[in-house]
Amino acid sequence: MTSIAERGYANPGVLVDTDWVAAHLKDANVRVVESNEDQLLYPSGHIPGAVQVDWAADLNDQVRRDYLDKAGFDRLMSKIGVTKDTSVVFYGDKNNWWATYAYWIFQLFGHTNARVMDGGRLKWEKEGRELTRDVPSYPATSYSAPERDDKTIRAFKDQVLAHQAAKKAMVDVRSPQEYSGERTHMAEYPQEGVLRGGHIPGAKSVPWARAANPEDGTFKSADELRAIYETEQGLKPTDDVIAYCRIGERSSHTWFVLTNLLGYKNVRNYDGSWTEWGNSVGVPVEK
Amino acid sequence: MTQQQDLPAGLAAIVDDFAFCDRTERAELLIEFADKFKDVPASIATRPFPEENHVQRCESDAYVWAEDLPDGTVKFHFAVENPQGLSAKAWGVILDETLSGQPLEQVAAVPCDVVFKIYGKDLSMGKGQGLMAMADLVSYEAKRRLRERAAN
Repeated sequence: MTSIAERGYANPGVLVDTDWVAAHLKDANVRVVESNEDQLLYPSGHIPGAVQVDWAADLNDQVRRDYLDKAGFDRLMSKIGVTKDTSVVFYGDKNNWWATYAYWIFQLFGHTNARVMDGGRLKWEKEGRELTRDVPSYPATSYSAPERDDKTIRAFKDQVLAHQAAKKAMVDVRSPQEYSGERTHMAEYPQEGVLRGGHIPGAKSVPWARAANPEDGTFKSADELRAIYETEQGLKPTDDVIAYCRIGERSSHTWFVLTNLLGYKNVRNYDGSWTEWGNSVGVPVEK
Repeated sequence: MTQQQDLPAGLAAIVDDFAFCDRTERAELLIEFADKFKDVPASIATRPFPEENHVQRCESDAYVWAEDLPDGTVKFHFAVENPQGLSAKAWGVILDETLSGQPLEQVAAVPCDVVFKIYGKDLSMGKGQGLMAMADLVSYEAKRRLRERAAN
């Protein structure tokens, strides 16, 4: 894979490679954060000095379906020893799927001093780099985030309805089977809670992982990404785009790609996604 | 919900072990199980593995085999192709340790949602589905044998 700087990204500084992380393990101004789907991965071994930010325990409100609020984010930053000057570097499993989810939520609170380690856990492991089970602790910090910004990069159902009615661009990043409605999981697992299968009319189907190289989890080059999103699907950097999946995690990966790697200025993640849409009364659904 | 008293004794004991774990203890215990994972032996299957043994809906690419034992029970074998699929590996070890060699009626009756008693409520939807699908395939193998024996 070519270096990050050679891949033509709109904002190459948002990515760092594994060499960079290895060289900054003891940098007090850098906090490496691991975010995974699999709750066993971090305790089984992680990059030395890395802390864990867990999507369920740390980033979600424990009662309402929503993300943590400003007070919760301030506490989280204090707990992992991050100040506004700390450069946070995310990495994780599954092509950095959960790392970009955590990155996106950090942007809701304006922590722009943030990067993603290209290739994530998979690349670090494949390169035979050090992993440890030692869990670090850092002195608590005092952090005061702005109130969560739910307008710029986050979309809610009513906004998606208006967006759909206006025939603006949408990307459904789930699997083709979920997009077609063939799979809802409802038949086997009612607790998964999706009553209707299909997709939001007008949404283009681009499974999220197409943006990554499967062999090492790195992001594809800008040209390769443009071939998918623009040549194949007809999106334009000036489009007003909403991405969605089932609960907003996979679509945060696509949000990251369109925003940071291709330079789209107006992309929002609909985190209610199909678990909200597919259960809503009267909303348009296409199969 | 799953009734613990209906579970095979070994599985019920593991559910008990996890009942009062906090998040960290739960992860440590599961990693201990995952560390014991052994791939399906070559005498049972070699790559490329057949699709019929592939666990559908499991993102860690798990495979399940049931080897018939002389006493009429079965020994379960697993493969997990995703090297980061620790949860699937731990679950394979637990299913093997608690259900291999057990009466097929008991194996057939194991409810797939027992996964949540062991992995806790923080299990993601995708992960939960994959692990439940592994349990489903294990109990399906027992049910299939019971049906075939009843028919003969």
